[in-house]
Amino acid sequence: MYEKNGEKYFVVDSHMHYWNAAPDNWVEGAEQYAKGWIECFHAYQSLGPPETHWSLEHFQKYSEDDLMKDVFEDGHVDVAVFQPTYLKEWYKEGFNTTERNALMGERHPGKFIYNTRFDPRDGDEGINALRANVDRFGSKGVKLYTAEWNNGSRGYKLSDPAAYRYLEAAQNMGIKNVHVHKGPTIWPLDKDAFDVSDIDHCATDFPDLNFIVEHVGLPRIEDFCFMATQEPNVYAGLSVVIGGLMHARPRFFAKVMGELLFWVGEDKMTFGSDYGIWEPKWQVEGFVDWEMPDSEELADYPRLGTAGKKKILGLNAAKLYGIEVPAECQLKEEGAPAAPEASVGVEGQPAPAGA
Amino acid sequence: MTAATTATGPGPGSPLPGPGSAAILDALSAVRDPELDEPITSLGFVASCAVTADGDAQVRLRLPTYFCAPNFAFLMVADAYDAVAALPGVRHAEVVLADHFASDAINGGVAAHAGFAASFDGEAAGELHELRADFLRKAVLAGTDLVCRPLVAAGTDPSRLAGLTLGDVPPSRALDRLRERRADLGLPAGDDALLLIDPATGEPISGEAMPIHLRRARLMRISIESNGSMCRGMLQHRYDTPGQGEEEDR
Repeated sequence: MYEKNGEKYFVVDSHMHYWNAAPDNWVEGAEQYAKGWIECFHAYQSLGPPETHWSLEHFQKYSEDDLMKDVFEDGHVDVAVFQPTYLKEWYKEGFNTTERNALMGERHPGKFIYNTRFDPRDGDEGINALRANVDRFGSKGVKLYTAEWNNGSRGYKLSDPAAYRYLEAAQNMGIKNVHVHKGPTIWPLDKDAFDVSDIDHCATDFPDLNFIVEHVGLPRIEDFCFMATQEPNVYAGLSVVIGGLMHARPRFFAKVMGELLFWVGEDKMTFGSDYGIWEPKWQVEGFVDWEMPDSEELADYPRLGTAGKKKILGLNAAKLYGIEVPAECQLKEEGAPAAPEASVGVEGQPAPAGA
Repeated sequence: MTAATTATGPGPGSPLPGPGSAAILDALSAVRDPELDEPITSLGFVASCAVTADGDAQVRLRLPTYFCAPNFAFLMVADAYDAVAALPGVRHAEVVLADHFASDAINGGVAAHAGFAASFDGEAAGELHELRADFLRKAVLAGTDLVCRPLVAAGTDPSRLAGLTLGDVPPSRALDRLRERRADLGLPAGDDALLLIDPATGEPISGEAMPIHLRRARLMRISIESNGSMCRGMLQHRYDTPGQGEEEDR
């Protein structure tokens, strides 16, 4: 919980990791990819405040104690959602598996939610593995990385028939939340790998699943916003938006927040630190302090008040995951929760521009 | 990085003056990152460029991350090759993308004039024309905001924008750029062409559809510019020397 000016913020970190990307975990023959991946992540960290930068060595492999201190003790987080990313073609034990997360999390009851994952190219075996993970770890969500390399394939689209089969199976197993992370490769490579129209199809065809698009579809915020405004079950995961822009590019942060508030709305935005890329402490504190700057070019964007910040930092994700929120952190005007379709631009009808 | 730019005059063996590395850099400044709609030079993607007196040009490109999308990377390397090879006095051009997961496939494919699908055998279904056109349409939409915003700030009533032609708009760099992108797509770009058109169909934007069109144009511009801004930050973390012709954020 974070408290500022008498306001109490319940913080759910809805997108974070516990990875091992050190050389001892690199697959022989794929070292360049394992190294390239973690160095790319490390470059993202450089967009945060200098005093929060880590050495590459520390970044490759941080400890359980580091995580508990950075996320909970210093970082104000109440509940954190582990989002696994396997990348077993590059990392021997996987980059960040459900099992690795849960083995650590079991020592800290009540602190973590264990999401799992699937890869639609894994056939029947993959469905069985998904079921085993859901049974063992009680997962209510999955994290999907569509650019993952798998046996010569460079990725997939969520609208592929195989992906639909998995989504159906996952739904039957009780999965509610699908976190989608787009990357630079899909099949075929000549298409735009970051295109989010496949999520649009899924969101329409699986109305009972929630689709949380991580890093708000970056680098395709425009496609994401336009899709999210039409799909009541699509959410904006703010990982990378806060971490990558709030400190390094405050002018763009304000504009991107303005666009998200306009198209998606504060009821459908969720905070995620993307730890270990960025520590949550400066993100939570900075976000609570943040206000839309007083500038003519930002004048017609919706404002974000204390209630909106509480929703984004924790209350929205708490609803998605059924996390109990202490009474002192709930909204005072609770009782009239926003309907899922309360975003400003539903059905392509934009709210009237203020200017 | 002055050491990498060797401006060379005509050598003893060459009767014609070579183009010089300034001309190479100038040619490269016409090559854009299709996603960010900015020259690869100002983005800092040109690590070095040089040319010998005999006209052997060598260009080394770099990107913000090891995993930047291979299709866009291929387009930039291929376009850079075409731009440099077409210069008078260049008899041989070599363009190399460094530090990228697909460097070998891209560099080999461009050197062999193989095209994208052949360079990524079995992994691509076709060439990149459609991808390029998609991103030109995005650039047209973003460019619409760049042109319209100053007009509205200067007092033009937004409701009047739909009636304006390109010729009605005072000259600016942003307007030239919008015209160029529209022309590249085969969309009307002359003085009598309407300012507000659908980048996919070329159809005029009617009064009713105008507010959302302008909203989308602004969103598009912010998306492209914030991506570019993040790319710059990542590139600066990755390399501690500026690129040839690199410029700060706009």
